[in-house]
Amino acid sequence: MTAPLPTPKSFQEIILRLMTYWAGHGCAILQPYDMEVGAGTFHPATTLRSLGTKPWAAAYVQPSRRPTDGRYGENPNRLQHYYQYQVIIKPSPPNLQDLYLGSLAAIGLDPSIHDIRFVEDDWESPTLGAWGLGWEVWCDGMEVSQFTYFQQVGGHDCKPVSGELTYGLERLAMYVLGIDHVMTMPFNDPQSPIPLTYGDIFRQTEEEYSRHNFDAADTAMLFQHFENAEKECARLLDVPEVDPKTGKRIIMAHPAYDQTIKASHLFNLLDARGVISVTERQAYIGRVRALAKKCADAFRMTEAGADAAVVS
Amino acid sequence: MDLLIELFSEEIPARMAAKAREDLKSMVTQGLVDAGLTYASAGAFSTPRRLTLSVEGLSSESRPVREERKGPRADAPPAALEGFLRSTGLSLDQLERREDKKGVATLYAVLEKPGRRAPEIIAEVLEATIRTFPWPKSMRWGSGTLKWVRPLHSILCLLSDESGAHVVPMSVDGITSTNTTEGHRFLSKGRFPVTGFDDYAVKLKRAHVVLDQAEREAAILQGAQNLAFAAGLELVEDRGLLTEIAGLVEWPVPLMGRIAEGFLHLPPEVLQTSMKEHQKFFSVKNPRTGRIEAFVTVANTETVDQGATILKGNLKVLGARLSDARFFWDNDLRVAKAGMGEWLEGLRPVTFHNKLGSQADRITRIEALARDIAPLVGADADVAARAARLAKADLRSAMVGEFPELQGKMGRYYALEAGETPEVANAARDHYSPLGPTDTVPTDPVSVAVALADKIDTLTGFWAIDEKPTGSKDPFALRRAALGVIRLVLGNGLTIGLSKLILSGFDKNREAVALINARWVEAGNPMTAVDMDPTVTSADLLAFFHDRLKVFLKDQGIRHDVIDACLALPGNDDLTLLVKRAEALAAFLKSEDGPNLLQGFKRANTILTQAEQKDGVEYSYGADIKFAETDAERALFAALDAAEKSITPAMRAEDFPAAMAAMATLRAPIDAFFTATQINADNPILRRNRLNLLHRIRAICSGVADLTRIEG
Repeated sequence: MTAPLPTPKSFQEIILRLMTYWAGHGCAILQPYDMEVGAGTFHPATTLRSLGTKPWAAAYVQPSRRPTDGRYGENPNRLQHYYQYQVIIKPSPPNLQDLYLGSLAAIGLDPSIHDIRFVEDDWESPTLGAWGLGWEVWCDGMEVSQFTYFQQVGGHDCKPVSGELTYGLERLAMYVLGIDHVMTMPFNDPQSPIPLTYGDIFRQTEEEYSRHNFDAADTAMLFQHFENAEKECARLLDVPEVDPKTGKRIIMAHPAYDQTIKASHLFNLLDARGVISVTERQAYIGRVRALAKKCADAFRMTEAGADAAVVS
Repeated sequence: MDLLIELFSEEIPARMAAKAREDLKSMVTQGLVDAGLTYASAGAFSTPRRLTLSVEGLSSESRPVREERKGPRADAPPAALEGFLRSTGLSLDQLERREDKKGVATLYAVLEKPGRRAPEIIAEVLEATIRTFPWPKSMRWGSGTLKWVRPLHSILCLLSDESGAHVVPMSVDGITSTNTTEGHRFLSKGRFPVTGFDDYAVKLKRAHVVLDQAEREAAILQGAQNLAFAAGLELVEDRGLLTEIAGLVEWPVPLMGRIAEGFLHLPPEVLQTSMKEHQKFFSVKNPRTGRIEAFVTVANTETVDQGATILKGNLKVLGARLSDARFFWDNDLRVAKAGMGEWLEGLRPVTFHNKLGSQADRITRIEALARDIAPLVGADADVAARAARLAKADLRSAMVGEFPELQGKMGRYYALEAGETPEVANAARDHYSPLGPTDTVPTDPVSVAVALADKIDTLTGFWAIDEKPTGSKDPFALRRAALGVIRLVLGNGLTIGLSKLILSGFDKNREAVALINARWVEAGNPMTAVDMDPTVTSADLLAFFHDRLKVFLKDQGIRHDVIDACLALPGNDDLTLLVKRAEALAAFLKSEDGPNLLQGFKRANTILTQAEQKDGVEYSYGADIKFAETDAERALFAALDAAEKSITPAMRAEDFPAAMAAMATLRAPIDAFFTATQINADNPILRRNRLNLLHRIRAICSGVADLTRIEG
């Protein structure tokens, strides 16, 4: 395990150290997916790439949105927009726990003075038709990460198994930096000529989106968009595989999956607006899951998602 | 020889550890024994990262086994012979031919299984154990196909005797057995070899791992109590939490912290539940005030700063959690003080069961039932109805939403805040009770009325839609509900006819089912209507109560046949009466006269039944003393008259011991009668008279209990 580094000074330094650490351990450092998602798992680099036999290793920050968690920027730890740091490695390496602990040391969490624990937590995403076994990782009683061995995604068995690590960046950073309210957390180095806090950047947007999510979003339009995304996803997958223009076999798994992501986010917005009843809720989740499964099926037919004859 | 096995993996869920220890021990030892080895003793251990088995006094090889199998006759058709050869794996010339006394030749196969060496057997048994281990949930990892609870990293498998220790060679999915293990994740470095169990346990402790769950539990309890005591406080013990925490740590280090002043006004149940569920903290209370003021957390490591950083972190997390709890409490108080109407309204859209309607529908039924029950249990009907209406309001409170296990407990606080009387508030807390065979039974009449109404509504509801428990399946905990009713009735000595309550519950639920059916029909989606005859269904539910009662009384030492004997009598829906009768009968059967009278009764009954069947008539009246021939016969007439005189009023007064005592007086006269008198006399008049006399014995005894049901 790497020796612990000195305590970082800012939110972004924690992100940069995680980037450097996982790059140093062979991950492709990807950029956030350019769509609204509820969690880093939705990035196709995780959902789709955990399917099939091709080896994969990627790490990225994913801005994530949970409309129901908006608190107008007032709650010390709840946000409707936050960042997750996501690592996905296929097949899961035998020393993944040690690698993970190394990443904690890299952001200044020294196991010789902290109590780091792996506490059972089985992960399931009903909208993605996915589940896995693993733990939530506790540091001094605080959940700092989710550690999962994927068993199934989009209804497909994961063979080989991917190891997924998800760090809730704000919470983790607040703990490392000793901050009590997220809005007061230094985003860049507090010694910078123009020091910026998390609040400088996000307090206003939290307010705006909270109002939007809870009260202003046009629900009739959202319902319509949900229907559209659902239809478009199915339509894209029903198009014949061979593209008449290029003569190539081109399955549009990713564009179709984009529509799944859209549907999922639209559902979250509708949920926050309180217009989905308890019984309807299950039905909507089922509809998104059906899309995710179709996309997984399609991706398995593509080059990136197929089973290679030999996995080196 | 001694065997040591360690299966080292990533962190095993604490809740699975106890069963995994048992399974490892039983699977491996059973496998060894099945393969012909013997052993003296075995012990299983676990820490978060390892499952360990130590087997002592293991035999070094299995005994050779000689098995003889009888085959077909020598002249059997070829097909039969071929089958036998196939099953034994022998050829014809390897079979033995033996002739019996009559000269018939039969073929025999003699199979010799040589003894096998222990390592070979152990390797096979351990591999089979790993591959078929019954984890509640298991997983694959990496590119492998092996399943284990979490990735399995190493296998230690060591056999030792006076000559030394040897690795038992084996391999599962690329994991090869060794004689090495590793210690604490952070407090120890690298792998180390061991030579046997004692060496293993000592070296683990040196490497900051306490192997034995019980030792970890004791250390945690002791450490936590000491911390509390030193601060003048007292640890709130929690057995389940202790077991769980001991399963989460290899090197337990208890640390105590104080709860911030601003949270101390929260109800103790809230503090305790929040700390336990979210943080796995023990609660620590002030013995003078009973308030919870501090907590003990158990770290899995020692640090240079004596746990200061760890405690600081935990306090911070606790602060955030309790802020949430305080937020819920403050919000809930606002709704409670306004009378909880918002919550009652909020229960309308909450489905209880799609055929039985919403929680609000259910509350309406329970309220009406509680009103019916109140006078029977000495409660005021209006108060009981009020209590029933409010008892489940807290299900919509934020606190119960967060901590479902606080249902009822919060209800009591909120009802008091709403200005309700203590008996109404207590009913909110107590109406779920009792939940098992031994917990406390509510005694306050209002709580009893609501608790009975709640359970009877559940039972009649699910009976009405034909969702009864079957075999091991009881998803709606209906057996528990029935036991709850039984304990409420018996615990409070209530003499109420269950049948009436059941029918009343059915009425309300039938209406509900019909109404809901109509709603579905309207929505174009009719459900399969349940065809229910209330009389038949009530009898069925009463029989279910009787079954549960038998199970309950069996644990109290009353045999099921004794209860059956009492069930045959009228009034068997009054459980208190039924149990009084059963207890008296059980005592009677244990007395000196009991078994003898039972024999006399059975003899009378058998003769009479046979005669009745043979003659096709019922000898049910008209025994006349004037046809009595012997003194014994006359004495029996007198004894029956006397017994009847005592039994009838005793039964009327429900004085079962007196009735049994009167019945006991019949023992001697009946015995004497059978000795002196021939029932099937040649004279048909005498015979008929004596059979009619036997009928009197049967009638009188059967008025006390149906003795034909008693075994033996």
